[in-house]
Amino acid sequence: MNLVIRGIVLFFIGVLLALVLNLLQIQRNVTLFPPDVITSIFSSAWWVPPCCGTASAVIGLLYPCMDRHLGEPHKFKREWSSVMRCVAVFVGINHASAKVDFANNIQLSLTLAALSIGLWWTFDRSRSGFGLGIGIAFLATLVSQLLVYNGVYQYTSPDFLYVRSWLPCIFFAGGITVGNIGRQLAMYECKVIAEKSHQD
Amino acid sequence: MTLTEKLREKISRAFYNHGLLCASYPIPIILFTGLCILACCYPLLKLPLPGTGPVEYSTPVKDYSPPSSEPGHQQGDPSERPDWYLGAPVAYIQQILVKATVSPWHKNFLAVDVFRSPLSRVFQLVEEIRNHALRDSSGIRSLEEVCLQVTDLLPSLKKLRDLLPEHGCLLLSPGNFWQNDRERFNSDPDIIKTIHQHEPKTLQTSATLKDLLFGVPGKYSGVNLYNRKRVVSYTVTLALQRYDSRFLTSLRSRLKLLHPSPNCTLREEHVVHVHFKEEIGIAELIPLVTTYIILFAYIYFSTRKIDMVKSKWGLALAAVVTVLSSLLMSVGLCTLFGLTPTLNGGEIFPYLVVVIGLENVLVLTKSVVSTPVDLEVKLRIAQGLSSESWSIMKNMATELGIILIGYFTLVPAIQEFCLFAVVGLVSDFFLQMFFFTTVLSIDIRRMELADLNKRLPAEACMPSAKPVSRSQTYERQPAMRPATPHTITLQPSSFRNLRLPKRLRVIYFFARTRLAQRLIMAGTVIWIGILVYTDPAGLRTYLTSQVTEQSPLGEAGLPPMPVPGGVLPAGDAKLALSVFPSEPVQLSENQTQQQREQKEGLESRNGLEANQQPWAQGPESPSNGQPEPGTKAEVTWGGEDEEIWRKLSFRHWPSLFSYYNITLAKRYISILPAIPVTLYLNPREALEVRHPQEANRYHSFFPSSLGKLEAVDRPGEALPKLQGHRDVTLYKVAALGLASGILLVLLLFCLYRVFCPKNYGQNGLSHSRRKRGDLPCDDYGYSPPETEIVPLVLRGHLMDIECLASDRMLLVSCCLVGQIRVWDAQTGDCLTVIPKQGLRRDSSGIFDYQESWDQSPDPKNGLEDPFDNSHQLKRMLSPPQPPLFCDQPDLTSLIDTNFLEQATVVAPEPRHRTVCSRHKDTGYNFGRLVEKVYEEQSASNCMNFAGFPAPHGQAASCARTGSARALSCGTGEGGCSARRKSLGDEPLAGFEKSSPVSAWAGDLESSVWSLDLRGNLIVAGRSNGKLEVWDAIEGTLRCSDEEGQSGITALVFLNNRIVAARLNGSLDFFSLETHSSYNHLQFRGTPSRSSIPSSPMYSSNDLIMCQLTHTVPCAHQKPITALKAAAGRLVTGSQDHTLKVYRLEDSCCLFTLQGHSGAITAVYIDQTMGLASGGQDGAICLWDVLTGSRVSHMYAHRGDAPSLTLSPLFPAQDLGCGASLGVISDNLLVTGGQGCVSFWDIGYGDLLQTVYLGKSNESQPARQILVLENAAIVCNFGSELSLVYVPSVLEKLD
Repeated sequence: MNLVIRGIVLFFIGVLLALVLNLLQIQRNVTLFPPDVITSIFSSAWWVPPCCGTASAVIGLLYPCMDRHLGEPHKFKREWSSVMRCVAVFVGINHASAKVDFANNIQLSLTLAALSIGLWWTFDRSRSGFGLGIGIAFLATLVSQLLVYNGVYQYTSPDFLYVRSWLPCIFFAGGITVGNIGRQLAMYECKVIAEKSHQD
Repeated sequence: MTLTEKLREKISRAFYNHGLLCASYPIPIILFTGLCILACCYPLLKLPLPGTGPVEYSTPVKDYSPPSSEPGHQQGDPSERPDWYLGAPVAYIQQILVKATVSPWHKNFLAVDVFRSPLSRVFQLVEEIRNHALRDSSGIRSLEEVCLQVTDLLPSLKKLRDLLPEHGCLLLSPGNFWQNDRERFNSDPDIIKTIHQHEPKTLQTSATLKDLLFGVPGKYSGVNLYNRKRVVSYTVTLALQRYDSRFLTSLRSRLKLLHPSPNCTLREEHVVHVHFKEEIGIAELIPLVTTYIILFAYIYFSTRKIDMVKSKWGLALAAVVTVLSSLLMSVGLCTLFGLTPTLNGGEIFPYLVVVIGLENVLVLTKSVVSTPVDLEVKLRIAQGLSSESWSIMKNMATELGIILIGYFTLVPAIQEFCLFAVVGLVSDFFLQMFFFTTVLSIDIRRMELADLNKRLPAEACMPSAKPVSRSQTYERQPAMRPATPHTITLQPSSFRNLRLPKRLRVIYFFARTRLAQRLIMAGTVIWIGILVYTDPAGLRTYLTSQVTEQSPLGEAGLPPMPVPGGVLPAGDAKLALSVFPSEPVQLSENQTQQQREQKEGLESRNGLEANQQPWAQGPESPSNGQPEPGTKAEVTWGGEDEEIWRKLSFRHWPSLFSYYNITLAKRYISILPAIPVTLYLNPREALEVRHPQEANRYHSFFPSSLGKLEAVDRPGEALPKLQGHRDVTLYKVAALGLASGILLVLLLFCLYRVFCPKNYGQNGLSHSRRKRGDLPCDDYGYSPPETEIVPLVLRGHLMDIECLASDRMLLVSCCLVGQIRVWDAQTGDCLTVIPKQGLRRDSSGIFDYQESWDQSPDPKNGLEDPFDNSHQLKRMLSPPQPPLFCDQPDLTSLIDTNFLEQATVVAPEPRHRTVCSRHKDTGYNFGRLVEKVYEEQSASNCMNFAGFPAPHGQAASCARTGSARALSCGTGEGGCSARRKSLGDEPLAGFEKSSPVSAWAGDLESSVWSLDLRGNLIVAGRSNGKLEVWDAIEGTLRCSDEEGQSGITALVFLNNRIVAARLNGSLDFFSLETHSSYNHLQFRGTPSRSSIPSSPMYSSNDLIMCQLTHTVPCAHQKPITALKAAAGRLVTGSQDHTLKVYRLEDSCCLFTLQGHSGAITAVYIDQTMGLASGGQDGAICLWDVLTGSRVSHMYAHRGDAPSLTLSPLFPAQDLGCGASLGVISDNLLVTGGQGCVSFWDIGYGDLLQTVYLGKSNESQPARQILVLENAAIVCNFGSELSLVYVPSVLEKLD
């Protein structure tokens, strides 16, 4: 039951983040789906936000689950303000990737990678989180590349390498962020249980 | 390593000194900080104000040339030149303003004739413009060469494809409605419909197609059926790519030649450059809003953690102010040193806040708050600062390092961000150290003052604000209050954290803070402010015009100056024309020529043109505004026709260009002075172009009589009428907005009423739920439901249970009659009953009688009318009332009348128990019986008090119960002190004294006053001073000691030592000696728990001798009320305000601890030698057992401290919700309430769960709570015991 609620919450967070961050990318005219700003979000690539939502639900549930299985509960900065900070930094990384003009793609990649690892070090600092984040970044990049190669959708970017250079970093940071939220929700769960039983 | 240590030491000392400084001089330091902030923010004044409205700059049209694109070398004064004025504009806009009228006017003309024939001339005019070519020495230049060539329209504008030009010059005119085809126009039966077919239905602030093509605002065009002026104006708008002054001048002069405007006085001397800001679209707004929402969530979650301070809101505000002003300071400093921000401030601001963070502030607060409370404020601040200094510095260094790394990414935007962040961090540190620390010190000082205020007399601090009486049942509450001067009141702030359901809390929060109304108010104010500010003709332009004299917009803001009509100095300089003077122009301006030249000279001297505007405007406007429905219409030109484009929406040009996918954001266009064209059409022309259908569709223009009348009657009113017509849409919008606003407010108000009735604090919610049982500590009427935690009820005692004792496995209880029962703490089985040995042989029938009788009064009293009960209670409270128990007729036979006499006699006497003992020898045989009657009475009373609202009445009722009991019972181990403290209650003293407690102690059976259990041995101290050791399993008396005479009030059984405290203040040390040869000590339980001494198991075969080893004859002057032993120390607390510490081994008194100003009510000592004591004065003292010094003390309660327990972190005290409490783990507090047990979170003060012990109608207060090792709680309520196992969910909280 609680797993379901958590999953739903994470799903909606993921959808929201996907929409917002796509809007950021639209301003750059580098979208993952063709433009025609908001009207066509739900028509052309309507399945992108739900996919992100599902992925975030899975990741957000996977993180605490892995913590439990590894037997090392995550104790570092477990409070909502820190989670909010993490989300803000994540949006900031996206913002930077969308708005800031970089000299070349290597610079963009390096900067974003540094920022992402900084995010991990500031808010997570667990080896499992790092590993999972890397895995997620790899998998997600792979999937998106496969989708593009098979023509399911295409970048509207003028420069294909450009997108490829920031995508893994964004996925990594997103994984860390969603994992952070998921852990916080899982920690909150026992409180919610107590409250629920209280209210029934 | 040593270097680090040294550094650490130094930093810590520096912070300490700094803290002292801040706390010593708070006001000067805050002033200093404020000055610093202001000084650093001063450069911000130079920055442009934010806003999306366009900015204008005008240059004389005379030798105008496009500015160079390099910012370096520019002619003119650079200070006046805006920094966007670089390079060529996107386009030059040349408007040809046409005013046309049909003259003379025939009465039988139709309304449509007003504009049909003037509009028909537009095609000819456009042709003239298109075909204009300049022939000079360099060849022929046509319009096609200079105009702005546009390509396709945006794909989304397919329906406008025919109306707007494509693939050619951007030339707009009303003729575009008919594709510039005269024939099409002539065959159009309904011009109005054609024009308005693309008008949006809704209100729209941006430019419409009609505005775009006409080039004048819709209401100025005069193309409608009610045009009284009969002057139609429109423009032909021409967008030029290059500025070719010769071409333009020739065009101008040719048009003037063709269509002379004889009385035109337009000044045509300035090119106005309009710079457009970046428009924020919804696509950009959503991420921005999201980041701000995240920011606010972050701030909320951060400041929520500020706790244990006087004003949470104040400190949260201070924290936010710290961060915000540090950002402002950083921007200000950066500007000061020449770095102009290029980043969008609104976008990076949330990230800056997040990077700087509120963490340090919170850490500081937490650290300061956690310093010892009884220190001086200065020292607290200093200590708090110094203890966190190292981590703060470390964090700061880390963040600086990260940001420096960011600086080396060599991306300019990131570098700038990092620069801001570094300066922001440093200034944030500065502000934290000076501003926030000082605010914190002020707050802490206020808190201490508030604490001192709490120590005022109790009457002054009675909680009067809280509406406590909820229904009739509680109406006796006011009557009760004067009787209890010492009440344990709970500060209202403690209720804030009650765990209500989320939705209720949200709604209460909304209701309490009137959030909805305030938000609406604030939103309205902000909205109006934004409107006023961003309106192109609004406050901002006005301010700008006030500030800068040279602003072109100043003219718009200045009111027209009334000038005497005869002067008419229409100062107008057609500078462009003066270059190429042509005949018609000369002709048209012949009367003003002379003056014009004078003006020219004047202008060239001072260059101020704003002054002239009133001159030009003043005399013209009235003549212009007059509608003359006469036959001869005159086209007039006035100041308001000048720069008519200002009347257009400020989105006019951006939207026009956006149709062709040209953005004006951060770019500018140059608007050239308009070319006036006046057209007079004769009636014949008007009749020619009239469409045949129109004649029968439209009636005549005006009823002639009406027109004439108005023309004669109201020539003066015409101007305000016109004005009114102009503003009527504005009024409509305002009225509509007002109406919808009112509707919204009403709706919200209704919602608010529905959700939060005004008396939500009293009886807002379900009454049915409250009947189930009163949760003591919930003043919102929310009673938590029963849960799956089912208490195990142990029945068997006939009378109320007096003492409880337990080790981990066994539970021993003793009731009033002295019956001891041994229970299995795990299963709840009754293992042994240790009857009083004299019970069965007691032939007097007292006990038998009780057995049969004690059921009866309970339901009886329970059914009593509350009023009756309260009445009775009042009588109880005033002791010398003779008919004390008139409602229990079956008892009257038992009561000796002597008792009443006795009661009246003794009533005014002093109140201490020593008095009791004085009566000891007098002897009253009825005493025993009366005592029981009292017992029942008080128990039932207490039960009927169930209706008392929390927490005040609860405490009071229980205290009363306790006092009634105290006369007979003596003290038990755990919560008994609750009863004893009420010995101090004045009105109840009579009972106590009238009770001959141990009057016949010697001969009759005495009750057990204290009880302790170790292993399988029960030690019971009786009221007659007898000490008995029982075997818990077999129920046999192992040994006894009858040496003492005074009743044993408290008992400690530790290892093989027994310490008994007696009523007369003496202390007896016994040692248990086993006379057996073999192994008599088998350890039970897990030996790994080293903190708890394992209980020795005494074999039943052993002969146990109880030997008095030592007696301290007069340990205290007054009865010992509290006794605790741990870690080889024994602590006694007495009514003589002192505590004594003894060593267990040799009974040597180590310390006498003085410091309480009231009787000691509770003592706690644990294995770590932590000693805490609670007194009747409401103070809690913490002592150091090793040195005997007082570590700290606090006044937590106004009343006395009934029971006290100490967890490793918090000294917790009974909050007044019940008479008993216990601490399960680090953070779980158990309190007993009215028939229920509540679990609290110590750290947050939240109510976690309430377990109901029985049915509601037999709710009695849980008097004692005993926490067993296996997370079970034993509660004593009435004659029953409850075993409550703490559910596993709660355990997970640890």
